[in-house]
Amino acid sequence: MSIQANWVAYKTIVRKEVRRFIRIWPQTILPPAVTTGLYFLIFGALIGRRIGDMGGFSYMEFVAPGLIMMTIITNSYSNVASSFFSAKFQNSVEELLVSPMPNWVILAGWVTGGVARGLCVAAVVTVLTLFFTDIHVQHVGLTVIVILSTAILFATAGFINAVYARTFDDVSIIPTFVLTPLTYLGGIFYSITLLSEFWQSVSHANPIFYMVNAFRFGVLGESDVSPYIALSITAGATLVLILAALKMLNGSRMRS
Amino acid sequence: MSEFNAIDIRGLEKTYDNGFRALDGIDFQVKQGDFFALLGPNGAGKSTTIGILCSLVRKTAGSVKIMGVDIDEDFPLAKSFLGVVPQEFNFNVFEKVINILVAQAGYYGIPKAEALERAEGYLKQLGLWEKRDQVARNLSGGMKRRLMIARALIHNPQVLILDEPTAGVDIELRRSMWTFLEKVNAEGVTIILTTHYLEEAESLCKNIAIIDSGKIVENTSVKALLGRLQQETFVFDLGEALSEKPQLEGYEIRWRDDSSFEVDVDKSQGLGDLFGQISKLGLNVSSMRNKANRLEELFVSLTGEGKQS
Repeated sequence: MSIQANWVAYKTIVRKEVRRFIRIWPQTILPPAVTTGLYFLIFGALIGRRIGDMGGFSYMEFVAPGLIMMTIITNSYSNVASSFFSAKFQNSVEELLVSPMPNWVILAGWVTGGVARGLCVAAVVTVLTLFFTDIHVQHVGLTVIVILSTAILFATAGFINAVYARTFDDVSIIPTFVLTPLTYLGGIFYSITLLSEFWQSVSHANPIFYMVNAFRFGVLGESDVSPYIALSITAGATLVLILAALKMLNGSRMRS
Repeated sequence: MSEFNAIDIRGLEKTYDNGFRALDGIDFQVKQGDFFALLGPNGAGKSTTIGILCSLVRKTAGSVKIMGVDIDEDFPLAKSFLGVVPQEFNFNVFEKVINILVAQAGYYGIPKAEALERAEGYLKQLGLWEKRDQVARNLSGGMKRRLMIARALIHNPQVLILDEPTAGVDIELRRSMWTFLEKVNAEGVTIILTTHYLEEAESLCKNIAIIDSGKIVENTSVKALLGRLQQETFVFDLGEALSEKPQLEGYEIRWRDDSSFEVDVDKSQGLGDLFGQISKLGLNVSSMRNKANRLEELFVSLTGEGKQS
C-alpha cells in the first residue's frame, strides 16, 4: 500500500480504538481515576502526613509522579490487551489480517490507541492530583519523553499479551501477577534508599523502577536513578517488544 | 469470460501443526469474470483453501496467484484484489453497521468520505441502509450475512470469495442475494462460492471444482458435469386420485400415493414417448417436477459421502 493508504489505515485503527474507550468511559476512564483518587486520599493525605518527607519532598509530592506513572502503565497495557484479545475472540481481527495493510501499521494503530488511553487517564489523574498538591514540572521535555516511551512500551507489551492469550483469563494473568507486583515494588510509594542494599539491587532488576524514577526526575528534579539510564532501558525494551510483536503477527497464534 | 486466470492455484498443500493434511496438492484455475463453485463435504479443504488465499492460513507448499500476482512475491498487492465473506460472523458486534464498513474501507486505504459514499451505496442495495446506525449484534442472521457481503465489496475487489454466504438464510432472502451476486458478477467481479446448497451452485455457477479429502476430484463446467447424468427421476402429480394404477410400457413407475407417481427416464429414452403414453391413458397431469437436485446426485457420487455408501 502507498504511504497515504497506510496513513488512512493507521488513522482508522486509532479512531476506532479511541472511540471504543471513550464510548465505555465508565469502564475505562472512571475506575482508574477513582482508584488513584483513593490512593491520594489515603496514602497521600491521611497516612502521608505521618510519614514525613521522602527524598527531600513531602510524601504527597513524592508519591504523585509515581501514581500518575502507574496509571499510564496499567491503562496503556490493559487497553491494548483487552481490546486486541476481544478482536481475536470475536474473529474481527480477521478484518485486519485479510487486508493489505502491513503488520507494522496494525501494531502502530493499536499501540497508539493504548497510548491515547494511558494519556487520557493520566490527564484526569493529574487534574485530581492538583486537588492534593502542586506539581511544578522541572524538566518538561524529559517528562513528555518518559510518558510517551513508557506508554508505548506497555501498550506493546499488552499487544503481545493479547496475541498470546487464548482465554480471557490469559489476559488478566500478566497484569495481576506480574505487572501489579512490579509496579507496586517499582518505587511508587517509597524511595529505594529505605531498603537494604540487597533489596536495592533487586529493585534495579525491575524495569518499572526506572520508568517511575525517570518520571519523578522529570517532575521533581530528583530520583533514585539517572533518567538517562532509565530512558535507555525503556528504549531498548520497547525495540525488543516491537520486533517480537511484529514477528508474532505472522506467527501461528494469528495465522494457522 | 476472459481467458486470464483471476485465481491460479497449483500444487497447493497444507499440513497443520497437529499433522492434519488438509490439502494434498490441489490445482485449479478460475477465469476472470467466472462464477465459480468450490464444493466439497465438511472438512474437505474448502475453508483451508480460502484461508490461504486471504492469508489467514499459511500454505505448506505450492503456488497461488491472485490476478496474476504471486502471493509469495507480493501478498499485500494480491490481497488487495480480494473480498472475502467468511462462513462465520467475524465483525465486532458492538460496532455500528456504518462504522464496520467505513473501518474496513480504511484498512484498504480508502479515506472516510469516500468510504461513507460507498457504504451508503452497498447498504442501500442490500437493504440495510435503515439499519446503518444500529450495532451489529441487533441485526438478524440474514442482515449480518448481507453486512458481510457489503463489507467484502467496500474496496471494490476484483475477486469475491463467499464461504457459505446463504447458510441459515430464508428462501426469499437467499433468492434476493442470488440476484445481487449475479449483478455483481455481471459487473465483472469474479466470484468464488462455496455452498452446501447445491441448487445454489447449479443456478449461479458456470464452472465448478469439487474437493474431497484435500484433493480436487472434479473440475469442469456445471453444464458438462450435469451432462454426465444418465438418468433423471420425474414426479407427476395428477388432478384426481386413481383407484386403479396403470403402468407405462418401457418405464418403471413407482406410485407415491393414489394421485402421484415417479418415473425414471434414461437420457436415451427422451420424454416424448413418456408424454405420449400418459396422454393415451387419459391421465390428468396437474404438475410435473424433477425429483432430486441433479448436482446433488453427482456430488454424492464424486465425493467420499457417495463412495462410502
